[in-house]
Amino acid sequence: MNKYHLKLYITGKTPRSESAIQNLRKICEENLDARYEIEIIDILERPQLAEDERILATPTLIKSLPPPLRRLIGDLSETEKVLVGLVFARLNCL
Amino acid sequence: MSKNATDCSVEKLTTGIPGFDLIAVGGLPIHRTTLMAGTAGSGKSVFAAQYLAEGIKQWNQTGVFVTFEESPDDIRRNMMSLGWDIPAWEAEGKWAFVDASPYYDDDTLITGSYDLGALLVRLKHAIGKINASRVAIDSLGAIFSQFQETRMIRLELLRIAKAMNAMQVTTLMTTEREQEYGSIARFGVEEFVADNVIILRNSLDDQIRHRTIEILKFRGTYHHKGEYPFTVVPDEGLVVVPLSAIKLNQQSSDLRVSSGNTMLDEMCGGGIFRDSIILVSGATGTGKTLMVTEFIAGGIAKGERCLLLAFEESREQLYRNAKGWGVDFEKMEASGALNIISAYPENATLEDHLATIKNQIERFKPDRLALDSISALERITSAKGFREFVIGIASFVKAHQLAALFTATTPDLIGGTSVTDAHISTLTDSIVLLRYVEIEDQIRRAITVLKMRGSMHEKLIREYTIDGHGMHIGQPFGYHANLLGGGIGSAFKNNDPCLNWQPKPANNE
Repeated sequence: MNKYHLKLYITGKTPRSESAIQNLRKICEENLDARYEIEIIDILERPQLAEDERILATPTLIKSLPPPLRRLIGDLSETEKVLVGLVFARLNCL
Repeated sequence: MSKNATDCSVEKLTTGIPGFDLIAVGGLPIHRTTLMAGTAGSGKSVFAAQYLAEGIKQWNQTGVFVTFEESPDDIRRNMMSLGWDIPAWEAEGKWAFVDASPYYDDDTLITGSYDLGALLVRLKHAIGKINASRVAIDSLGAIFSQFQETRMIRLELLRIAKAMNAMQVTTLMTTEREQEYGSIARFGVEEFVADNVIILRNSLDDQIRHRTIEILKFRGTYHHKGEYPFTVVPDEGLVVVPLSAIKLNQQSSDLRVSSGNTMLDEMCGGGIFRDSIILVSGATGTGKTLMVTEFIAGGIAKGERCLLLAFEESREQLYRNAKGWGVDFEKMEASGALNIISAYPENATLEDHLATIKNQIERFKPDRLALDSISALERITSAKGFREFVIGIASFVKAHQLAALFTATTPDLIGGTSVTDAHISTLTDSIVLLRYVEIEDQIRRAITVLKMRGSMHEKLIREYTIDGHGMHIGQPFGYHANLLGGGIGSAFKNNDPCLNWQPKPANNE
């Protein structure tokens, strides 16, 4: 099964972070059934992870699985772009 | 932070970059952010890396390097050639990279609003991890290229600058500019990091590359104004040549040393001063190299260390010439008392030569210095560059209390009172002229001390001869108008008694 692994990097609890989290949850619910795993990483608490992944802009969403690896910057409010970025279109092709 | 006007050292962090701390009167403003702007290839990244490297090497001060443009791997590789083992320092916890360079592998999509707060988080983390006191950020222009939100980026950078200051680190940020002389930086970066600004230039002046550093401003503290030349030396890094910024604190010496020729010493009123520069000017063949040889031999005989900078002749030629006058340079070099540096002027830029000379003086610690000839160096630079070079050398000579002899070649064979360039003669302390003069049907040689700062000197023009034993200075020429103007002029026709003047034999003195 092609399970999605999504990591959302945020810088603390700000309106923008909250937006991103909500937007991400909504998009996944609407498009992925249960085949996804979201991890929310607050880099204020875990700065080394930000260094490891070379995060500069936040929020940043990294889709590690399925390949290819994709980086999406921003609060995910532009849904169309998110869909393209996560290549959700393929899900419906059998 | 103390703003005591007389105690500037409290406000500065010594960088350790040769020459820079001098023109900056102490170093970079401590716990502040300084912006360094320069065109592509002007040396900003080297300066930024060296700022951290010197901190580690000299004071064990750790540093964080934020790179927006080059990858850490590229930087590690490039800086190896300057002798900095960055990977070793990273392993020892003395150097940390914050890699903000663009990643080209994966596609990045913008899906909404964002900010660059993560950068500050990473920076603080790195600083805390290795307890850094120095931060270098290279280069701001690249981040504006990565992200298009200019206003947001500016705000973020301002936040970073403030945070750095509060964390008690001293930050150097580099940024691009497009012209050598024009607006300070691209993207209006200077508007918010405007307190302390340094400019690096890499300009073409008379077809010659001219690298300079200028401290445009340091808020609330002193620095030397204007542009100063610098060069990048392999295995060392950037070397700024402070020129006239070197403080001439030293008392002017009353001590006299021998020029190597007893008669010339007398003509100078008892020898030359220890921290002075004699300029010996003459046409080719008048005996300048001989004077250099006697100057060195005289120094060695008194147990002094001598440094000879030869830009006219090869080492072998120098050995041969000196041997012809009974002076064994080879033996002197072997004994360690003499160091000869022989080079073609065209092999390097004037700044490089100056850096080499400075190095040699500092390492070899000579008591006297001979340079043959400054005219050879004049060829490879502009008038402005040459003047700066002479000022530079003069500064070293004074600072190290050396007795120095420079030779200069005059273009005119007969007569001529011009000494290289009008400016240069004002920078030297003593001037000795060697001239061919035409008397009746003979060419004879004349020597005179034109100037001797700080001392009475003989005003006479004496005749001299050269043989296998050296230079013999003899009797004054007596009444002979216009000797330096080329010898006999029309005044000497028509029964002038001087026409029949004969010199007394040279051995009377």
